[in-house]
Amino acid sequence: MNLILALIRRDLTLSMRQGGGVGTALGFFLTVVVLLPIGIGPDQALLARIAPGALWIALLLSVLLSADRIFQQDYEDGSLDIMTMGPVPFEMVALAKAVAHWLSTSLPLAIAAPLLGFLVNLEPAAILPLAVAMALGSIALSLLAAIGAAVTVGLRRGGLLVSILVLPLYVPVLIFGLSASQANAAPGLTTASLLILAAIALVSLVVSPLASAAALRSYLK
Amino acid sequence: MELNAKDLTCERGGRIVFRNVSLALRPGQLLQLTGPNGSGKSSLLRLIAGLNEAQAGSVELAGGSEDLAISQQAHYVAHQEPVKSALSVAENLAFWRDFLGGGDVDEALDTFDLSRLASYPAGLLSAGQKRRLALARIVLVPRVLWLLDEPTVGLDTASLERFVKVMARQLDDGGMIIAATHVPLGREPDMRLDLGRAP
Repeated sequence: MNLILALIRRDLTLSMRQGGGVGTALGFFLTVVVLLPIGIGPDQALLARIAPGALWIALLLSVLLSADRIFQQDYEDGSLDIMTMGPVPFEMVALAKAVAHWLSTSLPLAIAAPLLGFLVNLEPAAILPLAVAMALGSIALSLLAAIGAAVTVGLRRGGLLVSILVLPLYVPVLIFGLSASQANAAPGLTTASLLILAAIALVSLVVSPLASAAALRSYLK
Repeated sequence: MELNAKDLTCERGGRIVFRNVSLALRPGQLLQLTGPNGSGKSSLLRLIAGLNEAQAGSVELAGGSEDLAISQQAHYVAHQEPVKSALSVAENLAFWRDFLGGGDVDEALDTFDLSRLASYPAGLLSAGQKRRLALARIVLVPRVLWLLDEPTVGLDTASLERFVKVMARQLDDGGMIIAATHVPLGREPDMRLDLGRAP
């Protein structure tokens, strides 16, 4: 357990010192959210209606933007080779790296998104549901992104391929995330959607380490 | 304890790199792998390390720990150094200590004369210094089998002498070393295996 924490700590330190990761993602998120009202026009009612959807799509794209870097550097400098020779199963290494990505990129984005909602006229009543849904959904986003990153780790310019591979897996998160983020939802709808989001996160938690580790192993061979 | 590899055959991209390579190594022995470029020296090391799969043949570490795979009892030093530029020299080693378990970072740094550079960002190291940092990792965590791929590339004379001492200590402690190299290691190997001439 300690060595998994050591790995997460190292990845967080690296992403903080190198910048790039969360900085790029946040910058991209901000760009989308700033440009959107300008593109759509000053219709406040329309903006308020599409605000949760726009924020969710911006979140998905920002996470995808940083996804291809999850395993890339460790693959290129041979660190992954050594990690397969460690005392823990390689699946745990893959999981630790996905968790580090969540902590360093997806979670900060999910926290910032509701705050940036005022730019797209997000209703005040929708801020809390959106924040909760995004915090929960972002777990699945990072775990699923790790699969895409692992499958394309040996490819140059794999970023686009990651997006295409992961996109279908992101659709359920988007659908249920959005229905959990509505301000004046029918009673029970928010809870049900949050439960399904939690279920998606749990399934990803099981599948992602297995799939990522298998993909990475086949590249190392 | 004995490392036994029997009739290993390695195929990369549809080409047979080597076939029917066997070797046996006992504690305290150093095996030097030689052979022209592309003869499969690195492939053989990765195969023993469990990083690649053999098309045929088997590798086993008789008398080793039954619960651990060979890869968990071996160190593998590749061409590229798993060194993170954004971390300091000591932080790089401290991570591997935590991840692989055990060892004293200061002592390992001292072995390769890196103590002065401990708080220096690893990204600013020269090629030879990075190599020393990569080699410090194998001193840090004791493991019985060392698989070294061109370990002496980039080392200056003083570092080479330190490396020879480190190898001597590993062998005296009952360790085993397989080193793939074209240049003399600074120590007469107990055995040689020429992959260019392997049957």
